[in-house]
Order: sequence, then C-alpha cells, then structure tokens
Amino acid sequence: MDFVNQLQRKFIDYSSSLHREGIVDDQFTQLRKLEDENSPHFVMEVASLFFEDCEKLINNMAIALEQKQGVDFKQIDECIHQLKGSSSSIGAMRVKNACIAFRSFSDGQNREGCLRCLQQLSHEYSLLKNKLQTLFRLEKQIVAAGGSIPRVH
Amino acid sequence: MTVEQIGSEGKDQFPIGMRVLAVDDDPTCLLLLGTLLRRCQYHVTTTSQAKTALKMLRENKNKFDLVISDVHMPDMDGFKLLEHVGLEMDLPVIMLSANGDTKLVMKGITHGACDYLLKPVRIEELQNIWQHVVRRKKKDRCNSGSKEKPHPDSGEAAGIGNVDNNGKLNKKRKDQNEDEDYERDENGHDNEDPSAQKKPRVVWSVELHRKFVAAVNQLGIDKAVPKKILELMNVEKLTRENVASHLQKFRLYLKRISCVANQQANMAAALGTADSAYLRMGSLNGLGNFHTLAGSDQLHNAAFRSFPPSGVLGRLNTPAGLGIRGLPSPGTIQLGHVQNSGNPTNDLSKLQSFVPGNHNTNILQGMPMSLELDRLQHNKSVGHIGELPTTDSTTVFPGSGNLVDARITGFSNNPLLGVTSNSLMLEGSSQQATSHTSVSAIGFQNGNALSDFTSIAPASNQLQDSKAGSQGQASPINCNAGQIIRSAPQEWNAPRKDAPYQSHASINSSIPINSAMIQLGQCLDRNNSIFHKTTDLDSVGPLNFVDPLSIKHGEGDNSIMEPSVIEKEGYLMFQPRPHGSHVPDNIGSLEDLASAMMKQEGGCNGYSLRTSI
Repeated sequence: MDFVNQLQRKFIDYSSSLHREGIVDDQFTQLRKLEDENSPHFVMEVASLFFEDCEKLINNMAIALEQKQGVDFKQIDECIHQLKGSSSSIGAMRVKNACIAFRSFSDGQNREGCLRCLQQLSHEYSLLKNKLQTLFRLEKQIVAAGGSIPRVH
Repeated sequence: MTVEQIGSEGKDQFPIGMRVLAVDDDPTCLLLLGTLLRRCQYHVTTTSQAKTALKMLRENKNKFDLVISDVHMPDMDGFKLLEHVGLEMDLPVIMLSANGDTKLVMKGITHGACDYLLKPVRIEELQNIWQHVVRRKKKDRCNSGSKEKPHPDSGEAAGIGNVDNNGKLNKKRKDQNEDEDYERDENGHDNEDPSAQKKPRVVWSVELHRKFVAAVNQLGIDKAVPKKILELMNVEKLTRENVASHLQKFRLYLKRISCVANQQANMAAALGTADSAYLRMGSLNGLGNFHTLAGSDQLHNAAFRSFPPSGVLGRLNTPAGLGIRGLPSPGTIQLGHVQNSGNPTNDLSKLQSFVPGNHNTNILQGMPMSLELDRLQHNKSVGHIGELPTTDSTTVFPGSGNLVDARITGFSNNPLLGVTSNSLMLEGSSQQATSHTSVSAIGFQNGNALSDFTSIAPASNQLQDSKAGSQGQASPINCNAGQIIRSAPQEWNAPRKDAPYQSHASINSSIPINSAMIQLGQCLDRNNSIFHKTTDLDSVGPLNFVDPLSIKHGEGDNSIMEPSVIEKEGYLMFQPRPHGSHVPDNIGSLEDLASAMMKQEGGCNGYSLRTSI
C-alpha cells in the first residue's frame, strides 16, 4: 500500500498546488465534496463538459474576431458571459478572471484588445486542461491501485 | 433532459422531494445545478431548452413546485420564461446568472422572480429555496378567499405550517406519483383531508385569465367587481372568491408594471434616447408575473405613475422610427395620459396641450423629444408625461406630440396583452390640465417590435369627457384599480375635425416596427374645439400598432390600424390591427390570449376614439 500512499500523497500535493497557483479555487473543492459513492467521477464529468464547452466558445470567439466585415461584439460578449458562468461553476479561477478582463475589451469594442484577451484566455484554458488531466490521471491510478481519493480541503 | 425519481418521497417530507425544474443552456452549469439539487434531496428535472421547459410545465401544471432558470439562454430570454411561468402556472421562479449586476437583479425581481442567485451556485443556497414554494402557497391561500381558516393539516409537512385550504399541497403530494391532471375548476381531490375546508385550487390558465381580463375590460376596471366578472366569465365552478382574489392580484400587477414602467422610463429618460433607453423599457414587459403581485406590498403604495415617454420617445426620435411627418395643424393635440390615481390633481395640472402644427419639422427629429420628455419628467414628482411646457399652443411636444398620448405599456406575457417583454412605453401627455385620458400605453419591444407588443388597457378607463368638464382628474385613471391599458392604436387618417375627442394613435406607417414606436395620441380634451385638430396629422400614418394577435393574422394593412375600441366609461380598449409587415412572429400563446381578448373587446373598426364625452 505504500505505492497507493505515494500516489495519494502526490495527489494531495498536486491538488494543493493547483489551488495555490489559482488554477482552481474553492468552488472546485465544493465540486469534490459532491463526489461520493453514487457519483464517484462527478468532477471528471463536469470537467469534460467544461472543456468541450470552453473550446467551442473560444473557437466561436476566434471566428467572430476574424470577421472582416465587422466584429459582432455582442456575440463575443455572450460567449464571454457563458464562459464566465461555466468557469466559475467549475472553479476555474484563472479562466474566469481572464473572462472578466476580456469583457472590458469587448465592451469597449476593442478588437485588438479582444484578440489579446482571447489569446490569454486560450492559454489559461490549456493550462487548466493539462493540469486537471494530470490530476485525473493520478486519481485513476490511485483507484486502479485499490486506493481511494483523498479529500483535499 | 433528465428526470429522476427520488424514491419514496413522502408527502410529509417536504422539502425533501420538492420537484424542481432546472433550465440552463450551459451543460456544465446544468450538470452542476442538477447535482447540487439532487444532493439537497429534491426531485430534479433538467433541460437546456427554455422551450422544452415551458412545454413540460404546460403539459402538467402540477408537476413542479419550483423552477430555476438561467437568465441568458439562446432560445428564450430567461425573463421571458419567467413571465410565462409566473403568469401561466403561478410557480415560483428563481433566476440564475453569472452576472450579478444590480440592474439585472432588479429586472429579475420586477419580472416576478422570487429569488436571484449568482453563479457559481452553492449548495447552501439551494438548500433553502423551498421557502419560496411555501411562501407562495401561503400567499395564495391568503388570497384566495376569506372562507378559509387556517387549520393544521395533518397531512402536511411541517414546513408548510398553516393548513392549505386549497388543498393544493395535499393534492400535490397525493398526486405526485399519479400524475393527474387536475382541471382547474375541478373539485378534484377530495376530502381525504380531515382538515376540511378544502377548496379546489383554481388554476388560472391562459384561457381562464383571458376570459377574466375580457370581463374586466368589458366592465371597466373601476366597475369590475368579482360578482359581475364572474357572471361575464360564465365559468362553471368558479367562485366569486376565486375571482376576487385573482382580481386583486391583477390590480396589483397592473400597478406594479406601471410603476416599474415609470421607473424605467425615468431611467430611460435620464439616459436620453437610444436603444438602451428602449431596452430598459423592455423591462416593462411582462412586468411580471402578476400572480406575484399579491405579495408585493410595496406596490400597493406605490404611486402609479404615468410613464414618462422618454424612453419611448427616445425611440421615436430615431429617424427611422419617426416617420411622423405631418403634424396636426393648429389644433392642439390632446394627449391624454394616464394619471396615477395617486396624484390626480397634480397630473391634471400638468396636462398640456401642444400644437404640433407650427413645429412640424422640429418635432420629429431627434433628441428634442426625449429631452422634452425629460423635462417633463422632472416637472412633477409624479412624472407624468403630460407636462408639456405650458399650454401654449405652439408648444410642441417633440415627436411625441403627434403621437401620442397614449401611454403604452406593454407587459409581456400579460395575458391581456400577450406581448413579450421589452415593450415600449409611449406616453403622451395630454394637455389641458383638465382632461386626462386613460392612456393606453403600448409597449413595444425593441427588436421585436410588434410581436412584443402588449396591449394595454387604458387605465382606469377614463377617457375623460371633454365635455364633462371634469377637471382632468388624473384620478379617473385609477391606478388603484390597476391600470388596464390597452393599446389603442389610433388612426390618424384624416383629421377628424368633428371629433370632439379623439384619441389618436398614430404611428406613422413609416415607423418601423422595430423602433417600436407607437404613438398613440389620445386626446382628451375637454374642449371640443381643440380636440379634433389633433388628428390632423396628415402625414402621419396610422399607428403601427401591433397587436400580437393580429400579428398572427398577418394583416397586410399597412396604413391604418383599426383598432376596435371599446369604450366603457371612459375606459378604452383598443384592438389595433397590426401593421402586417413588421411583426415578427414571436407570438406565443399568451399573445394569442391577448389577441383573443382583444378581439372580444369589440369590433369597432376605423377606430376613432371618442371619449364618452
């Protein structure tokens, strides 16, 4: 069981680092708390939904910003709004903050600013996705080794 | 969409097993919300489509206890859904949003949401949402009649407290698994409730409400007493008490929308013209779930105000919208406006006449109108529109002058109106302090214009008789009674010189519906001489008043709205015919209701409003 312990420790450390770095916030912890025997993979499920959603929205915004005829800032605004809602629901703090910053540029109808923000947003999203996927891998390893996921508070 | 059965929720275990419908287009949030709700041990149904949600709700009104909905959804605005649910099903609705702007929250509340939660939603917040269900039931019980006495209901959950005289909760609990569809008037379930006094709960369906509104309109809001309404409605098994409580709610609702409309207009005025102003008017729509009015005490006291037209006028200013070209010649245009019963005298004094004649060119364009309105706005605490700079006949009420007086209030989803949100309110001011008319306000929605139009019954029926010399008591417009404002489209066709009193709704046909400009000129004027002139807007086209109902019918008649007007005791109801082209087809069932209602009102074509003078 040493191996499992090791894995578990690794998991805890990694999880804490995510919080420390602001990748995820307290809401993520809340999601964890919702996991139980009945829904052991709840966080993973929500995260994958979020990834899909986020990618789609980022794409839409990229397309919108490329429109030569004129950028539809309203659409961008809606995308940002939705992304903000879902990122805050999952606890993706940096992504959410990037959305907030983005919004001020889209309000100002500043295309250049928006493009920069979109890039930033993309970056944060990738970071989040990588880290969470690493975390989930760890989880799976623990479970596969017969252990249980430690609760991180 | 997923449905879950939580096994064995006993009736007594409320709030456990409370049936919640969750609507959110964002899958992440929806999953989270559903999970959290289930964690609270509610019985949860989720859907990402507002339309599906409505459909589910309509299929069986007793299937859910509470609705939680996101504000921003692609297929339907959350506020609209809110209105629909409130009006049709009288269920508590909680709004959910990532955006916690005060304005939005205000909008949610005015539309009748019983709560507004911010994302990310926490489970602690959800654990207490059942209170809204209890509160609503209690309110309904209190409202539905005097006969009930509180009685501990053995079957009820502790949380429910007082007995449910209507037996609704009982019914619900019992029927939860039976999925029975109760007729609204049916004495459905009976008496297993030992606490007796069980009254079958009357569900005010769209049709029933429509009848109700028709009856009220027919009688006139002032004279609408439950007994007569009941007779007119002629619905079996509906009791006078049911009608009485519904009437009370309805009045509160009207009051509320007018107040909100007023505030909105003020806000809009402050902001000047522009679409934003318009949009704000939008909040007037569907002011709400009028069912919830009963609970809003503040509405009781709120002064009912005339709605400053500023918002609307702002719109009017847009060149596109304005198409008002001609102005009536010398005669002053009498604009009636609805006055708050609260400030009758004030309002009256404010009424001003203005004569568009001389100022044709100026009138229509641009800001002046809104500015003017702003000015007007500030004149009186009541902020009724009527205040035009003195009675000077040369005063021109920019743009709006010709147009309108009618204050148009739209409330979306008002069964009366069947109009969606974002109604535009137009208000005209009537001149002559003395007369005041009930103004029909028409609400238009910015984008959707007509489809969103809600008709407004003239408030307090008071079309003042010009001859009556009744001093424009604003009072006739009884806010207390609730204003039923009907949009009165008026035809400006030809000046009617002979008309002692005319209400004109002139919407230039060139006015795109989108600008939702409706100008109703309602002239209340004591002086006959003045009156008719107002109609002299030669170039003014007919009011493009879109009756949502009419929209459906695709009236192709551009030029004139022929509202059918029913005037009862100065209470006008207009049924304008839509200007076919512009109406976006967003009509939902409530619009049907509204139109049906309107149709009932009467078939006066070629409307010219004559006050019962």
